[in-house]
Formats: sequence, C-alpha cells, structure tokens
Amino acid sequence: MKDIAVIAFSQSDSVADAGANNEVELIMPVVSDALGQVGFKSAQDVDFTCSGSCDYLQGAAFAFVSGVDALGAVPPIKESHVEMDAAWALYESWLKIQMGQAESALIYGFGKSSPGELPHVLTLQMDPYYVAPLWADTIGMAALQARTMLDAGAITEEDMANVVSRSRRNALSNPHAQLSGDYDVETLLAEDTYLSPLRRHDCCPSSDGASAMVICTVERAREMGVKYAVIRGIDHRIETHHLGARDLTVSSSTRTAGERAGVFEAPVEVAELYAPFSHQELILSRSLDLDGDVDINPSGGVLAGNMMMASGLSRIGEVAQRIMAGDYQRGLAHATSGACLQHNLVTVLEGV
Amino acid sequence: MAELAAVIGIGQTKYQTKRGDVSIAGLVREAAQNALIDAGLEWRDIDAVVIGKAPDMFEGVVMPETYLTDALGCNGKPMLRVHTAGSVGGSTALVAASHVQSGVFKRVLTVTFEKQSESNAMWALSNPHPFSPHLNAGAGGYFAPIIREYIRRSEAPYDAGIKVAVKDRKHALRNPLAHLQLPDISMEMVEQSPMLWEPLRFLESCPSSDGACALVIAAEDLATQAPKKPAWIRGGAMRSEPTMYAGREEVNPQAGRDCAKDVYSQAGVTDPRRDLDCAEVYVPFSWYEPMWLENLGFAPEGEGWKLTMEGATSLDEGGDIPWNCSGGVLSSNPIGASGMIRFAEAARQVRGDADDHQVEGAKLALGHAYGGGAQFYSMWIVGSEKP
Amino acid sequence: MTTEKTEEREPITGMEAPLYLKYKFTAGESTAKFLSQLKLGRLTGQRCPICSQVYVPARGSCARCGVATNETVELSDKATIQSFTIVHIPIPGNALQPPYIVANLVPDGANISFIHLLSECDNEAVHIGMRVEAVWKPEEEWDYAMENISYFRPLDEPDVPIDEIGR
Repeated sequence: MKDIAVIAFSQSDSVADAGANNEVELIMPVVSDALGQVGFKSAQDVDFTCSGSCDYLQGAAFAFVSGVDALGAVPPIKESHVEMDAAWALYESWLKIQMGQAESALIYGFGKSSPGELPHVLTLQMDPYYVAPLWADTIGMAALQARTMLDAGAITEEDMANVVSRSRRNALSNPHAQLSGDYDVETLLAEDTYLSPLRRHDCCPSSDGASAMVICTVERAREMGVKYAVIRGIDHRIETHHLGARDLTVSSSTRTAGERAGVFEAPVEVAELYAPFSHQELILSRSLDLDGDVDINPSGGVLAGNMMMASGLSRIGEVAQRIMAGDYQRGLAHATSGACLQHNLVTVLEGV
Repeated sequence: MAELAAVIGIGQTKYQTKRGDVSIAGLVREAAQNALIDAGLEWRDIDAVVIGKAPDMFEGVVMPETYLTDALGCNGKPMLRVHTAGSVGGSTALVAASHVQSGVFKRVLTVTFEKQSESNAMWALSNPHPFSPHLNAGAGGYFAPIIREYIRRSEAPYDAGIKVAVKDRKHALRNPLAHLQLPDISMEMVEQSPMLWEPLRFLESCPSSDGACALVIAAEDLATQAPKKPAWIRGGAMRSEPTMYAGREEVNPQAGRDCAKDVYSQAGVTDPRRDLDCAEVYVPFSWYEPMWLENLGFAPEGEGWKLTMEGATSLDEGGDIPWNCSGGVLSSNPIGASGMIRFAEAARQVRGDADDHQVEGAKLALGHAYGGGAQFYSMWIVGSEKP
Repeated sequence: MTTEKTEEREPITGMEAPLYLKYKFTAGESTAKFLSQLKLGRLTGQRCPICSQVYVPARGSCARCGVATNETVELSDKATIQSFTIVHIPIPGNALQPPYIVANLVPDGANISFIHLLSECDNEAVHIGMRVEAVWKPEEEWDYAMENISYFRPLDEPDVPIDEIGR
C-alpha cells in the first residue's frame, strides 16, 4: 500500500450547544481553515471530498446535502458521504487514493447533537425488533459493560477515575475542550453514581462541532513542501451486534484492526482513543497493548468533548498534528461506532 | 493505476410494496445470499462488506449497518455505510469496487436496500421543518417545475413522458422481479391516470417498493475463476454540485454531464449511443428519460425526446439503444437500492444473463444513478471483456 | 396455559414500534436574520462577497463559491415565476386543497428562486416569466415564518424575458 500523508487538520471548539449555527455554518470554518493551511481555497483544489454525518442527530433527512454548500462545489466535484464518523470518510478517501483515482482529498465530519437527546437517538441504532423498543439507551448499555468489567475484576472504580482525572488534566492544554480541570481520583470517586456504576464524569459530554482534514500522496506533499504525517496503516473491523454474544470486557475488533494496521510492528509513543466512557479507554488500551510508556489521549480524548461523527476523525487529526509538530514519531488513533465499541477503526501514523 | 475488478455475483429480491414475510435483516440477507450463490461463494469468502441506503428515517433505524452486521456475515470484517441520497445505490457499488481496485481486498460484498413499508417515506422526505414553508408534496413536487422548463425549451410533444411510462412498464413485463406488472399498459391508460404534479401523472411516477440488491465484486485473478461470466468494471465516476446556487442549470445539470464525460473517457466511449449496447438509467419520473438522454450525450440538447418517440430506447420496438430493459425505477423503486439495481442490471446485460430482457449480444452497458435535487451522480460502465 | 395450537395462529408479519424523539431545531444565523426580517414584513437576501449573487433565503454561504455571505440585502416582495407545477394531491399535514400551484419564484433583487404558492389566479394562465406579488397575512399574525406571506398573486406587469429571470 502507498503511504499517504495527512497535511492539514482543523477542528472547531467542542461545545454543548452551538446555538444558532446550522450545519453549513459549523462546517465552513473548519473546511476553509484546513484547506487554507496548505494554501488551498476550496474543494476545487483537491481531487476528492468525503464527509461523515448522521441525519438523526439533527433530526432531518439529508443533513449532509447542505454540507455541499460549504465547499464551493461549482464546477461539480468528486464527492461522497458515509453515514458514519468521518474517520470512515477518511478510509473511503484513502482507498480512492490507493486506487489511483485521486492524489488528494478533503475529509470532514460534523454533528449537531444538541437539538435532540443523543442517548435516545442512538438507541435507534439497536436491533429495531428486539432491542430498540426497550429504549435501553447508550449510557445504559455502557453501564452494563462497565459492570461486567468491575465484577470480573478486570478494572476498579479507581482505574476509571484515573482515566477521567488524566483526561480532564490533559484537556487543560486543549483550547477546543469542553470539559477540563484538575480533579484527583478521590474527589471524582466522592461523586454520586449516575447510572451505576457510571458517574457523570465517566460519560463523555454531548457536543456540537466539526473537523476537517486534507490528505494527499506523500509525493504530492513533498512537491508542495508542506509538513505532513504519514498514514502507515489503517483498518477497521465490526463485530456482532448482539451484546450477549460478545465478551464485553475486551475489544476483539480493535485488536484485529490494530494488527491489520500494523500497530504491533513497532512501539507507539502516543495514542488517541475514541472512548466515550472511561472504562472503554481501559478496554481499548489493553486490546492495543498500550503500556505506561504511551501517552494516551493527550488532547483529553472524547471525555473532554465528543463531537459525534467528527470525533473519530479528530482523534486521527490530534495524533497527526502532534507528529507534524515533532512531539512524537509514531502514534495510533482509534475511532469507534455502535454500542459498547461494536465497530472500531485503527490508524497508525508516523513522522517523516 | 487501479487494479481490475469485476462483478461476479448479482443478487436481487422480488420488488413489491410490502415484504411482510421478512425483517429488514431478512431482506438484505436474501439479496446477499442470492449474490453469493450466483458467484458460487460462501460467506467466509468475503473480505469486506459495503452497505448503502437512503435516509435512515425511512425505516427508523440509525446507522443500520451496526444492526445488520450479523445478517451480512460481517463479524470480524470491515463494514462501511454509504449515503449519498438517491444516487446511493450507485455510489455504494463504486465504493465497494474501490475496495478491490485499490488492491486492499480481493472479494467484496455490497448490499443496498430500502424497506419503505416499515415507515412512511413520504413523511421522511418532507417532514415539516420549522423554518421553511412546508410545500413540498414529495419528490415529484420538486421535479415537476424542472420538467416543465425542459418541455418549454425542447418543445417536446406532451406525450413523450407517457411514451416512457408505457415503454418501461412493458419492459417490466419481461422481468419477474419488477414491482409493477401492468399487462394492459397503454398510452391511454397512462394518460387517464390521475394527474399528480403537472405535467406528471400517477403512472408517470415511480412506485414505492421494498427490496434489496447485492453484488459481489472481485479482483481480476479471482474473477477469471468465477463460475459465471464476469462483468468487468470499465469505468466509474461520481459528481456532486450544490442543490441551489445562482445560475444553476437545473434541467441539464453540469454534474451529470461532467460525470458522464468522466466515465466515458475511462471506458473509451466517444459516442454513447453508438458505443454502448444498452443503459440502465435512473428515471423515477417519465420525463427524466428524454432529459437524461441529453444530459448523458445520447442526443443533442433539446432532442432527447426524439429518441424516445422513435422507439430508440425500447426493447420491444427493436431500438438501437434500449434504456431500462429491466423496467427501470418506474417499475421498481426501493430507493436506497434503486441505483445499485441500475448498476446490477447493466452487469446482467454484459454477462448475457438478463433472461427475457436481455439485449442480444450486449458487450458494454451504462449504469446510472442520481439523487438529491438532481445534484449527486454516480455512474459505471461494465463490459463483457477486460479493458 | 393456552390450548391453542401454534399452526392455528396467524403468523406475525409486523409489530408497531412507535418512535418519539424531541428535537429543538435551530435555524442558523443567516436564516435567523432572514426570519427576523420576515417578522417585520420584509423579505431579505444575502450577497456573496465573491460572485455578488444574492441568495434568498440565505443559508449562510454562497454554494457556488463556498464562502460565508454576510451582506444583507432588502428585496422586493414582487417576483417572477421561474417555473411551477399544478399539484393535485394534498401535502401531508397541510390543509391546502388541491389543485394548487407551487412555483419557483425569483424575487426582484435576488438571483435564486424559492418555493411558494400562487393563488388568486387562473391556473391555466400561469406561465414561466409571469410577474407576481406577495399577499401578506394581516400584520398582527406575523411570525418568524415564511407563512407570513399567504401566497403570491399575478401582477399586471409585462412578462420578464425567460433569459433574464434571476439575472
């Protein structure tokens, strides 16, 4: 496979409510910023554009159609859309470049969760005949997973609080973060449980926002003379929808995706993991063999702000930016979809 | 340079108003299973699955790929969900093809579906939005004024649309999978059907169907070993433009013209009417046949209706460039799958496997889909021979 | 305990699973400005800083150029018919009785059409290029809504040549 370069990344602040802004107004600033970082003006300057979004977040069919209004798509552009996190839009774009139909691509993801009640909206992801009519929401299902972990002795509540404490502390240096602060484990554990065994802080907030990325062939990046991080590998895997048929204490699909993406071929120094719940970060780091030497979620991760449909792409962007800045040489980024980490994507990025 | 890829398996369901005998999962599995049987493969032979459908609101399931994982034998495999409005069936096939053409995978299953009977599609398409007047009585209400402008410009006879409606329903009688089976169809019957959105009558509009369509796409080395003749992918293209911008050409959209030009150049087509043997083109309302004949370069601007009226697009009239031999979208319309059905039917033709609606000796065929406000396009050309 | 034999039961082919989700929609900044002006009985658009074309209702960007539109332009409530359809079926949830006319209208001063109704007209006489004007609801009923305009009706003015509509 060709190595493909991430050459630009931009993300909005993660906010609980983007207020009056509509989708176009959310997308336009990040798209033009990402393009502008490498001297591009509009989607006309790339060979392919792909986005990720979900109609049900906004509560209107074809939410992505208006996204095209933010791109300058006249004359018409080569464009596609996944009803998934934009990390998968990156995957589609990566394939497009691999097959030689494009040398460069713009990827963006956006979500406005504030108009609806996200946990309820996501309930409709579940089996429509057996599970969705029960209205068990995503937080409830994550709580079930956390309980399984705790009762199996795989983690402790202190472990979970440690994840949150680090996330909040790391987020202090992330200007886009929605939640940050200095909280020690004892303070966190003193809080009441919300949906036992989860406390509020174990759950990511619901956020509005968008992010955008520009990728191209390494040859093109060199010609342009821009900084870049190289995508060494990318893979994603899904597993059964039936929670009862899965071992919820591990993430086998993350493990497989990690293997296929080449995570275990050399040590990684940094990892951004899309863990909407604190215990899931522990599942993910174990599935990817991340030990104490790896900086996990230096941005604070999605516990500091979860822009649905953009957060996965943002994880990749967070790692790419740090590599481009010279902070790290090799890292991984993870994205997830579905209840209890059903579907997982792993990207390995390296410096030049 | 892209790797060669070919369609080696095609599976469809019967299209009908309501499939009460299967769940959503049962419906997609039926199409997928049929495609695997056609390809002589087992579930374990598939490396990745690409799924597509129109808005989730049609069935009320958010991101249904997560729920359909098990039905499509995806556990432990990659699964991608495409959504590009009405063109999604075509785009999904192209995204699936890119999994193989990139050299990353060898055999990919792709499935699109719609089970409109599970919800209210008309509501999903025009659910009241608080900030715009709620005047859009379905897709026909949006396209009818554009058709009126086409008729004004081209001075097409008033019955060109009626002729298409009859022709595609006659084609459908040759295709047992087609939803509408109207043996008595005639110009009079279409003309006397209720007017919905002038100039569109009831029988000039597509039905609403349940159904699914699946393809297995394989890399060159495996495709040559397939039990049945492969349909080689000779070109694929997508284009998008905004729904509304000042000065937009709505009758003959540039995105469609550009997309056609791109796919023709990949396949070495210089004169589509001469070089192609047949086409499966997304025609949800009768008048879109003459409009797309022009947009796709089969006829000069303003003259598409002449081909229709001459019978050039009719299999029954022995036309030189039959369009929608399967009956087209006018005869079966499970929205999310409709584009892939066009792509699949084009492949059936060049595989010589289209039964009673086979165009004799078809070697090169176009599959076409469009969506949104006629702003999203996806097309492919498949051939009986490798490029 | 039931004595009914399974083969005597009707097979289950469906189940009702009603979905209720509440959404609090936001209009977007540009649309909010547009609606605020409508509340005052004024139709406004926004001009693209690059191509100078005027959008109505503005969504915040010029879809052609992909840039934000900031300059608000007041428009006339007179318009030209770009195209139309006579609809013979009811709109779900709308009391309007068919047949009625839905038209793409370009208001004076704008370069793009929006959809609205035509009334007080002979349906058969309606044609592309025809001049029309807004019929507003009584002022006390004005809200942040396009429905402040009940419909458009024909104006006694010469047609606009078709090539000049929206130019």
